[in-house]
Amino acid sequence: MNTVKDFITGEVQTGTGVVPVVSTTWSRRDRLETLKVRWSVGRMKYRILPGLYAVGTPDRSSRVFVTANFKLTFDHLRRALAGLDAWILVLDTKGINVWCAAGKGTFSTKEVVRRIRIHHLDKVVDHRKIILPQLSATGVAAHEVKRMTGFTVIYGPVKASDIKDFLESGLKATDDMRRVTFPLVERLKLIPVDIFYGKYYMLLVPVAFLLLSGFKPGGYSTDLVLNPGWKSIVNLYAGYLTGCVLAPALLPWLPFRRFSWKGLTTGWFVAILLAFAGMLGTSATEMISWFLMIGALSSFMAMNFTGSSTFTSLSGVKKEMKTALPVQITMASLGLAGWILTRFIVL
Amino acid sequence: MNRFVYLPGVVTLELDTEKCNGCRMCTIVCPHAVFEIADRKAVIRNRDLCMECGACAKNCPEGAITVKSGVGCAAGIINGILQNTEPSCDCSTGGSCC
Repeated sequence: MNTVKDFITGEVQTGTGVVPVVSTTWSRRDRLETLKVRWSVGRMKYRILPGLYAVGTPDRSSRVFVTANFKLTFDHLRRALAGLDAWILVLDTKGINVWCAAGKGTFSTKEVVRRIRIHHLDKVVDHRKIILPQLSATGVAAHEVKRMTGFTVIYGPVKASDIKDFLESGLKATDDMRRVTFPLVERLKLIPVDIFYGKYYMLLVPVAFLLLSGFKPGGYSTDLVLNPGWKSIVNLYAGYLTGCVLAPALLPWLPFRRFSWKGLTTGWFVAILLAFAGMLGTSATEMISWFLMIGALSSFMAMNFTGSSTFTSLSGVKKEMKTALPVQITMASLGLAGWILTRFIVL
Repeated sequence: MNRFVYLPGVVTLELDTEKCNGCRMCTIVCPHAVFEIADRKAVIRNRDLCMECGACAKNCPEGAITVKSGVGCAAGIINGILQNTEPSCDCSTGGSCC
């Protein structure tokens, strides 16, 4: 739990108790923490206490916005509410963002109903409307919330930054506000987390390659460990990063609909460059081995980006994986076997 | 042209127009504008844009929409295979997620 609460600037008295007032600007700490979370540092612990919060000086007629307790989500909401007087009802989504929490069932009808009751929302405001982010609809049934609490769920825009326009147009979201897009900036934001997908394997595998590089026909030479051993590290990371950085960045411009094919495309493109740079060794066997390994790595990592993307269906990803995964495993195995072989036999 | 279209002809989305009461909820919650209203009834405008998030089915008061919803996430599916469960992006153990 995030113990720093410097975003709380005061408190307001309601019919049922004291509610903390939160700032609508980001402090330097907020910005720094956001950056860390984007790079996967402390991402799973970046949460705030669920409950009722206030921005400005809300009263019994003020709007109620419902959100998740992932602090990054909460921060975007409070910043979007600058200049307004409103209530924020923060659910316990276990520190997960709105869309994922809705998919996982923590941003749910049950939790909305529970929070409305715990915090006596019916005694805090006179009206009976709550505004939920559109993407929470995956987990919340508006008609059931209405039936159980009397509160009407109004689905606001996908992005918090559209909230003011949404309010000004009388709680009407335009088609654009309702649609999830996936522009370059959004894709780039999600890339850092994927880079750390491999965790400690990212160190173990290169070390194994270094050690194996020392083998030569009829013996072992420590000189070979570093040179040409370093080349294998470059090649491995090139394959890995091509799949989780280059492929996502270029996503809409790459041929093929399958992410695994997109990743294979970028992987082999980079492999060609590496071949020209003399990084893939001298023998045909070694070169082909690297093409197989780099291609498999890049393809797999690009396929993983389906989880970050905003438009892939479960049925689609299953279909893709059915062919892609065996191909990737075969390519990686053959490549590895071929490369090891060239350590011991002159080809 | 929408460049963000995934594999065609795979989604499990079904709409029973008979049951539809024309409340428009599906057109509101869908993040990919799959539905539109014609003749006071919902129709599926572009099935292949559906990502099976399940928001429409969840919010259809008449139960006119069905979809086998889940996360379209390779890491989640691998998680499911390894743990012998339904696909789930288990964010709590790290890994790539949504």
